[in-house]
Amino acid sequence: MPLPDAEALLERLIQQMRPHVGAEARLIGIHTGGVWLAHRLHQALGLAQPLGTMDVSFYRDDYGSRGLNPRVKPSDIPFEIAGADVILVDDVLYTGRTIRAALNELFDYGRPQRVRLAALVDRGGRELPIAPQFLAAELQVGDDEQIELKRSDDGRLSLVVNAAGSTA
Amino acid sequence: MAYNPQLNANGELQHLLTIEGLPRAVILHILDTAHSFLSVAEREIKKVPLLRGKSVFNLFFESSTRTRTTFEIAAKRLSADVINLNVGTSSQSKGETLLDTVANLSAMHADMFVVRHGQSGAAHLIARHVAPYIHVINAGDGRHAHPTQGLLDMFTIRHYKKEFSGLRVAIVGDVLHSRVARSQIHALTTLGVPEVRVIGPRTLLPANVAELGVQVHHDMAQGLKDADVVIMLRLQNERMNGALLPSAQEFFKHYGLTPEKLALAKSDAIVMHPGPMNRGVEIDSSVADGGQSVILPQVTFGIAVRMAVMSILAGNS
Repeated sequence: MPLPDAEALLERLIQQMRPHVGAEARLIGIHTGGVWLAHRLHQALGLAQPLGTMDVSFYRDDYGSRGLNPRVKPSDIPFEIAGADVILVDDVLYTGRTIRAALNELFDYGRPQRVRLAALVDRGGRELPIAPQFLAAELQVGDDEQIELKRSDDGRLSLVVNAAGSTA
Repeated sequence: MAYNPQLNANGELQHLLTIEGLPRAVILHILDTAHSFLSVAEREIKKVPLLRGKSVFNLFFESSTRTRTTFEIAAKRLSADVINLNVGTSSQSKGETLLDTVANLSAMHADMFVVRHGQSGAAHLIARHVAPYIHVINAGDGRHAHPTQGLLDMFTIRHYKKEFSGLRVAIVGDVLHSRVARSQIHALTTLGVPEVRVIGPRTLLPANVAELGVQVHHDMAQGLKDADVVIMLRLQNERMNGALLPSAQEFFKHYGLTPEKLALAKSDAIVMHPGPMNRGVEIDSSVADGGQSVILPQVTFGIAVRMAVMSILAGNS
C-alpha cells in the first residue's frame, strides 16, 4: 500500500485545526515526530505562546519490561499549564499508551483547562480509551509493521513503513 | 572487554560501584539522562513515577548528610519508598555481619541498596552477594571510590564548559585520602580531558598518582596556571594533627584557594568542592561565595545525576 504524502496530510491537519484553535492555545509536541509536526503547526497557525516539547520516557508503562529509553530528552514547557488550553501533537496514533503517559506528565505541571489531541495518522490498534480531536488520515497497517515519520535535511516530512521492533 | 562486575551480560549497568573501567558511553549516557531530569525539579510536582513501588535502602555505615539526603531526594523524586538506615548505631554494633544485615534487608524485599562504608570494597562485596534483581550503588567506600560524586562533578564541568576536550582541570589538596579525587580522575581521563593536574604537599599525594595519567604539582602557582576547572578537596580535620601536616594555617598558606591564587587560573575558570567545606583551610570564603564558585549548583546537579543512575539501574533488570 503506498503511504500518503506527509506534507499533504500536514496541510489537511492545519486546515482542520485553524477554525478551532485560538491564538492563546498551547501546543506541545511529543518527541520526536510530534515535535517536528508541532513546529510546523505552530508556525502555520500563528500561535502567540511559545512551543512546548515533551519526552514521555519517565512516564512510560513499559519501563519495567524495557528499561529507561537511552535517548531520553528533556521536556520543555515554557508556559503555565494551570488553566491553559493545551493541544498535544503526535505523529502516529497507535495503542494510546504514549498519550496516556503524556497526560500523566502534563498534570505534573499543573491543571490544564482543556487538553485536545492532534495526530497526523491513526493506524488503529488502540488499547486505551483515547481519541484524537484533529486527525489527517486513518491508515490500515499490519501488526508486524511500524509507521514512522521522517524529516529530511531540508525539513520535509515523509512517512515510512518499517518491520515492527526495528526502532523504539 | 574485561570482566566488569558492574555490567550485566548485555553490557548494561547492573550496579554502580566505581568509575574505573566504566565505558565512556555509559558515563555519557548517565550524564545525558541526568540532563533530562533537571527540569523535573522546576515543575509544580517534582516527581516522576519510574520507581513507584520500589524500595530503596540507604545503608550508611559512615555518617553523611549531603550524600544521604541527595540520594533520598533523588529516590523520592522517582517515587520510590526510601528507608534510611544509620547502621553504625544499629545491628552492626550488636555484632551482625555486613552480609547478614544485607540478607535481612533483602528479605524485606529491597530493590536497591545505596551503600556508604568506611572499608574499601564494601559495596563490591554486597553486589556479589545480592539476588540478581537487586541493584547496588556505592555512595563512598573507604579511600576507594565515590562514583556518583565523580559523575555529578563531570555533569557540572560539562554544564559550564560544554566540552571535555581541551580542558585543564586541577584537583587540589588531600588526594591521598580522597575517594572523590580518585573517581574524578578516572572520569576525567575516560571522558578525554587532556590535562588533569593534582596539586598538594608530598604527604597528601599518593606515591603512584602519576600512573593514573595526571600531572603532579606541589606548587599552586604552577598547578593552577591557565586551569579551566579548579576542584578543591576537603582537608579532613583528623589529618591536621598527625604527621602529615604541620597545621591548618600552614596548609591554607600554601594550598588554600584565595582570590590571588585563583587569579592564576583562566579568568572564566570554575571552582568546585564536593563539600563539606572547611572555610579558611582549603578555601577562602570570598572564593567559596564568589562569582566563579559553582559549589551549590553541584549539589543541585547531584540530585539529577543520582536520579539518572537509579532509573537506569532499575530499568536494567
